[in-house]
Amino acid sequence: REIGTIIRSLGCCPNEGELHDLIAEVEEEEPTGYIRFEKFLPVMTNILVEKRYRPIPEEILLQAFEVLDPTKRGFLSKEELIKYMTEEGEPFSQEEMEEMLSAAIGPESNFIHYRDYITMMVIDEN
Amino acid sequence: MATTKMATTRWLHAQQRQGPEAAPSGEAWGSHGSARCGRAIRAALIIQNWYRGYRARLKARQRYALTIFQSIEYADEQGQLQLSNFFSFMLENYVHIQEKDPTLVNRLFGCAPQDDRGRQECIGIIEVPESYSGPRLQFPLNTNSLTIMIEAFKKQQILHAYYVLEILFETKEAMKQMPNFTHIRTCPTKEITICGDLHGKLEDLLLIFSKNGLPSGYNPYVFNGDFVDRGKYSIEILMILFVSFLLFGDDLCLNRGNHEDFLMNMRYGFTKEVLSKYKIHGKKILQVLEEVFAWLPLGTIIDDEILIMHGGISESTDLNLLHHIERNKMKSVLMPPVPMDKDSGTETKKNKGHVPRGVKLSGSPSDYLTKHEWEQVIDILWSDPRGKRGCYPNTCRGGGCYFGPDVTSKFLNKNRLKLLIRSHECKPEGYEICHDGKVITVFSASNYYEEGSNRGAYIKVGFCTTLRFFQYQVTKATCLRPLHQRVNTIESSAIRILKERMVSRKTDLIRSFQLQDRTKSGKISMGQWAFSMENILGLNLPWRTLSSHLVLTDDDGNIDYMTCFHDIHIQKPVKEATLIETLYRYRSDLQIIFNVIDSDHSGLISMEEFHSMWKLFCSHYNLHIGDSQVDELAERMDLNKDGSIDFNEFLKAFYVIHQLDNLSRSNTQLA
Repeated sequence: REIGTIIRSLGCCPNEGELHDLIAEVEEEEPTGYIRFEKFLPVMTNILVEKRYRPIPEEILLQAFEVLDPTKRGFLSKEELIKYMTEEGEPFSQEEMEEMLSAAIGPESNFIHYRDYITMMVIDEN
Repeated sequence: MATTKMATTRWLHAQQRQGPEAAPSGEAWGSHGSARCGRAIRAALIIQNWYRGYRARLKARQRYALTIFQSIEYADEQGQLQLSNFFSFMLENYVHIQEKDPTLVNRLFGCAPQDDRGRQECIGIIEVPESYSGPRLQFPLNTNSLTIMIEAFKKQQILHAYYVLEILFETKEAMKQMPNFTHIRTCPTKEITICGDLHGKLEDLLLIFSKNGLPSGYNPYVFNGDFVDRGKYSIEILMILFVSFLLFGDDLCLNRGNHEDFLMNMRYGFTKEVLSKYKIHGKKILQVLEEVFAWLPLGTIIDDEILIMHGGISESTDLNLLHHIERNKMKSVLMPPVPMDKDSGTETKKNKGHVPRGVKLSGSPSDYLTKHEWEQVIDILWSDPRGKRGCYPNTCRGGGCYFGPDVTSKFLNKNRLKLLIRSHECKPEGYEICHDGKVITVFSASNYYEEGSNRGAYIKVGFCTTLRFFQYQVTKATCLRPLHQRVNTIESSAIRILKERMVSRKTDLIRSFQLQDRTKSGKISMGQWAFSMENILGLNLPWRTLSSHLVLTDDDGNIDYMTCFHDIHIQKPVKEATLIETLYRYRSDLQIIFNVIDSDHSGLISMEEFHSMWKLFCSHYNLHIGDSQVDELAERMDLNKDGSIDFNEFLKAFYVIHQLDNLSRSNTQLA
């Protein structure tokens, strides 16, 4: 499912459900597992032109973390993050969870200071 | 329950972009509790969505970094194959060599002087000193020898030349008995493990052994070529593989790869490794190795159904013919055959050999492969599968071809085979299945280009062609570094070598940019810039995506093209810019040529030889370097003014300075 990677790397942020729908739109009639560029291009161009699936602004992301941290400690415990990410919404696979954790905290630590985490990720992107 | 959750999730998606605080009405999703719970779910969604986007962008960067590495690697290989043209050309014109050194001629034309040096003569005089602290092996070898050796290699010990040579001679004798293709069978109790390229990465081999067990009669392996070059432990890998082969015979199959070739080894590091680890006996080792490589079988066939070869096939691959050729006559892919065969009715291609006038070759025509046979071997060692139907010359690498799914089907059907397993190409996941499941690539050197660049893999084949795939990645630290750090590393590594390429073609690039810059403003459009880059460098890369790393763009989207070269330049031992670039660009080629001329590995060639060679080089490659410049260059290279040139020393003068490096390089260089 490399289509997801391509779409996201172009700056769009569909969630898994939206991605699923998109793939259904461009897939071949018989599922070969491949997508043809000719079919993909118009759909993708549309998405870009219409500015669909805009990425989440930093403030909203911060708010989201704060929702999960209602007592406003400034951090989430590893267990809490894992629980939310793997049980709610569109759950992470184990690989995704491990990767997110490895970037967020050192192997010893148990807490994710989300403000710093977000800042670090955003800097890295630019 | 599942349906409710799905419906809820879909509903929440619609709300997602408003942020977690936008209050939904509590009733909207029935049995799901409070607004608080809904907000949490929404928050989770936001974070997940963001993270997936971020991760995808990282993966994309990783991919194109790999593409950079790969295309430069193949461009290098192409350069290597073109070198064979030069050898022919050189010998045609280099009268000097012919008179002085007929062995050189024979060397380049594939017929080594009959090395009757007996084994006793070679090894008998070597003594293993008391002070030697490395592993000592008993002959005949036993499984203990293998374990001792592996333990020693883990401790970075070097096996003494005496043992190396004994093993090599034994291996040569044993391999001579093997047919071109080894036929083996699975059975209900044994799976056969197939490994791809190792390229001197001992850690990967040891990782495979620790996960999958050492080779034995109960644990057969097939190693599909490219054991050497690039990595630092090529000789150790060979020792392990050869000893295992001597111990377990058909249960340890070794196929030849395109790097089991002494001319490739000169360029890609194996020769250097041997000469530096074995300062006294290195030459001998290399000589015996040349022959051992030539005696490596071409492929393995499992259950008469699965064919395992290093590269691939072409539309003309004739398995029958390949079963019968005398494979040891294929010394190097870079040494074109002498066309003394009757079936070369068609015009010989430019690079496929023509005997220069006046060259006397020792040996009879039967000492060489025919042109047709030679091409067959090149095809199986160098070809790559592609999605496009048909068969095309492999222009990237310069040898072998690209073969499509139709070629595969036809070939497999004709030979009553079911599957082709090959290696030769680095894959991010360590393996890749293509051509409708009929071709599998397996690559066993993880982190091949750079730490974090790719996984390695091996395949286990069981009874009735069942296949299981295993992946791994060697990591230096105890835990894997975070993804973004790994991607940063390989990305900056790739960009670095790309910039080195750019600076080696600086003059041509600037000329191309200027041609497109009608208004002489110093700026051109993105499209124009991408066109020039691709054209001059000959690399098929995503230039637009890479542009942000390579050059400055202004607010209108135009590219200030001179900024390409802002943070990189070549250190100059000589003043003339074009000459420097040229030397830098061709330094690998020059190194090889030099090494071939310097057949006694003394490290020196005479001024005269250099002079003539360099002039020839320029004329063949169409370089316009004036005579006086060559003279100045020659003088420069003769460091101690004694009429001889230590070429390797000279080449060290050409390194690229990346201004962003913090390393300071000392200004040693020429007097």
